[in-house]
Amino acid sequence: MSRFKTAYLCPRHTGITMEFLFIGFFILSSALILAVPAGRKHLISGIPLLVLLVISSWVAMPAVFSEESSRFLFRIPLTGMKTVVFSIDALSGFFILTVNFNALTTYLFAGTSLAGHLNHHRPIWISVHYLSFLLLHASMLLVCTQQSAFPFLLSWELMTLSSFLLVIFDHTSRTNLKTGINYLVQMHLSMFLLLMAFLVSGEKGSYGFDSLPAFFATHREFPLFLLFFAGFGIKAGMIPFHTWLPDAHPSAPSHVSGFMSGVMIKMGIYGIFRVISAVQHDFLTIGIFVLVISLATGIYGVLQAIVQHDLKKLLAYHSIENIGIIGTGIGLGSIGLATHNKDLALLGFAGGLLHVLNHSLFKSLLFFAAGNVCNATRTRIIDRMGGLAKKMPFTAFFFLLGSLSICGLPPFNGFISEYLLYLGMILNIHQAGFYGSIGLIMAILGLTLIGGLAVFCFTKAFGIAFLGTARSDACKLAVEPPPPSFTGLMLITAMIIAIGFAPVVFVKPLLSAVNATFIPVAPATLTPLLQNLGMISLSGGIFVLLVVGIFLLRRLFSAPRTKSVAPTWACGFHAPSARMQYTATSYADNVAGLSGALVSLNKEMKQISPGEIFPEPANFTSHPVEKLEEWLVNRPFTALRRLLRRIAFLQTGQIRHYILYPFLFLLLIFFLTLLNLL
Amino acid sequence: MTLVSALIIPGIIIRTKSLCSGRKGPALFQPLFDAGVLLRKGVVLSPVTTLVFRIAPSVSLASVLTAVLLVPMGRQDALLSFSADFVYFTYILALGRFFMILAALDTGSSFEGMGANREALYSLLVEPVFLLLLGTYAMFTGYTSFSEIFSHFYFSNNYAFIAGILGFYLLIQIAMVENSRLPVDDPKTHLELTMVHEVMILDYSGPDLAIIHFSTWIKFALYGALVSNSLVPSGWPVALQTGLFLLLQLSFGIIIGLLESFRARNKMTKNPQFILTLTAIALLVFTIMLLSSYMSSK
Repeated sequence: MSRFKTAYLCPRHTGITMEFLFIGFFILSSALILAVPAGRKHLISGIPLLVLLVISSWVAMPAVFSEESSRFLFRIPLTGMKTVVFSIDALSGFFILTVNFNALTTYLFAGTSLAGHLNHHRPIWISVHYLSFLLLHASMLLVCTQQSAFPFLLSWELMTLSSFLLVIFDHTSRTNLKTGINYLVQMHLSMFLLLMAFLVSGEKGSYGFDSLPAFFATHREFPLFLLFFAGFGIKAGMIPFHTWLPDAHPSAPSHVSGFMSGVMIKMGIYGIFRVISAVQHDFLTIGIFVLVISLATGIYGVLQAIVQHDLKKLLAYHSIENIGIIGTGIGLGSIGLATHNKDLALLGFAGGLLHVLNHSLFKSLLFFAAGNVCNATRTRIIDRMGGLAKKMPFTAFFFLLGSLSICGLPPFNGFISEYLLYLGMILNIHQAGFYGSIGLIMAILGLTLIGGLAVFCFTKAFGIAFLGTARSDACKLAVEPPPPSFTGLMLITAMIIAIGFAPVVFVKPLLSAVNATFIPVAPATLTPLLQNLGMISLSGGIFVLLVVGIFLLRRLFSAPRTKSVAPTWACGFHAPSARMQYTATSYADNVAGLSGALVSLNKEMKQISPGEIFPEPANFTSHPVEKLEEWLVNRPFTALRRLLRRIAFLQTGQIRHYILYPFLFLLLIFFLTLLNLL
Repeated sequence: MTLVSALIIPGIIIRTKSLCSGRKGPALFQPLFDAGVLLRKGVVLSPVTTLVFRIAPSVSLASVLTAVLLVPMGRQDALLSFSADFVYFTYILALGRFFMILAALDTGSSFEGMGANREALYSLLVEPVFLLLLGTYAMFTGYTSFSEIFSHFYFSNNYAFIAGILGFYLLIQIAMVENSRLPVDDPKTHLELTMVHEVMILDYSGPDLAIIHFSTWIKFALYGALVSNSLVPSGWPVALQTGLFLLLQLSFGIIIGLLESFRARNKMTKNPQFILTLTAIALLVFTIMLLSSYMSSK
């Protein structure tokens, strides 16, 4: 069904010149970044970024917005070697545009985020940082466009290494280095799983996504899918592979967290989409599996987020939650394909994809705003903040907007993607069959619960950090960064509002893209779906008019009356201190209590003993414990280390012993061959 | 019509409660007069608060009014009606609540923080019940919007009848929880520590407080409308439907008043359990409806 359109980016005879032009340009710009003083590096690195951005968006546009399904191939011949093929279909095109938008806003914010660090680090390290950022962007574009296994894995590895360098930017801290290395190790596990999956599925000479349909058609599909899912799931942060994520995001500088959380973990989602588009029959098992894992991921992520004390860690756990929502879309879509419910398939996949874009928008917005907060207050602990809305009104506004849209509240963009998922489920629940109905109602329950918990979590994050009065001296002195640094955030805001109020514009191309990639026959129900979205725009408009109208009326009523200022009511007590305010920890306490074993807090307290005459100050601390990490990562590795220590006696440090080992091995082989045991 | 009934329900509830406790009680429209007085009063603001505090009541009222547009009156279609509009209904109300919670935290008061926290917890627990119930109705009737669901809701067999009764029970309970009434919260309590909704709005005064009262009343009437709608027969002329709808809304007020009079308040720590029981009942409704549609298809 998909037609191949081949385009040579350049005629064959000019290939060499083009190649040199490209490589030369990037070498030159890298050299320039290294050469200029630290303050200018930001400006210079914008040039190669913009070039890459414009070129890749330009080639991705037609793939996304063309009506029929098509795949564009761009070939760049290399000197004396094979040609490099870039293949862009609607799916890759969509991800490329998402990555590009996010790269642009990240770049615009990077200057502010790094401003405080320029004096702490050597200029070369700043250059390395910018170069890795450019490399990360380029490698993500490569990941989206490579179909064969080895270029794909190469780009995947490039992505890991460059993001590793970004994570350990603040390498003076030991914990940062440790989380960086943890990240590196886990990503290589992912790489290894993917390599295995490609090797299993490919024929000799052709490994890659293109050989998957043939393999799926003739073999059992679920085991291979599982292998791919594990590999991509580690990147995406699906439980139980999520443990690297909540550590890596807080360690990285805020713009990097935004970029990684916004788009890099979505490369795992891209991979899962890509593999599912190749699956032939077994959609039901895969769909149910993905749905269950995703709902678990969503609920677990948001529950963990609620108990976090660290603002950036809280946001990181919300990334896990949102990956769960995206995965729910993928699962629902696959189930829809399996049961021939075209609406469910269409809306599931489209909702998932739209949530990829939406999450990349509001999550980077939140991380950038959080970055401003952390830079201004020099802390990431929510309980030490407070009253920031007065000191940093713009940052507060952006954080509030991000919170509203991440909770999926109308009229912002997060609602649109969640609505698509709900709509898919509700349209189909009537004819889904016995087990289908049960499954769908459980999915509705799960999604609602995730939404409710997200509201809980973000009222806590925004309410405690930005409202009330300052809980620390650093908070009292917090200042807003200069206005130009908000350019990137304003771009994101514009997108959030555009998607929220005019969803049709964005959903329509998305639906046709999903139609082209996943669904064999075009369903006829596209128009009523779009009408629904029109109604949502209308309700959103009415709502905003009502808010403005009521607020003006209130003005009108209260204008002629007396306005007085009096302290907050505290039962007649007139000297309340900032420490008397409700804290984030106590706000989270009742949900933590309800969620039982899923969430655990390590509480340490020192009480005053009854007989004490001169009591020392009492204290209480609590730390959220990641149980899954404890059980799945820490304990097995401790056990492994203990085991390995036992055979450490082989490592004598004497070279003659080391020569002896291969010799013994050769002898062993020799005798085994002799005895015909091999 | 919902708006009209919203004006009188609070008075009816108070009257019923007074009569039940052997008092004469205030006039039926006393709450309205009170609100009128509030509108004419000045505003006292705490120096801690920000714009969030001032805009929250407006957002809350606007969200409730937008929700009103989605709910049909009797068997007449709602002004805005689209597939899965009950999802929009839930989420737009959540938006209003989000702002009210923030406004409570904005004052920096520990009491209000506590109230905000409780409100956030209870609403997060009760939202799934509502969507579960409406999802079940969608499964049962095969329609996907408020207007369609209510105009095709009928008791086809015994199973559906049982499920319908449980559904009414649930809707009334959801209305009680969402609007902070007994047994989860007591609007008449006078101790800050034990309040939920009341403590969140401690620092509001004047027109702001009036707006909050309006939105609470309308929200309550909104849930009443959901209950009443499924009882109005569709064959009747519009005027008669409207009359019956108003009558049902009035009796909704009386029922709530009676329920509140003869019921004690839960212990604060028991509330989550109480709401989770509602989830269990909603699952029961789902099971019955599921069975009934498979029994009848055989």
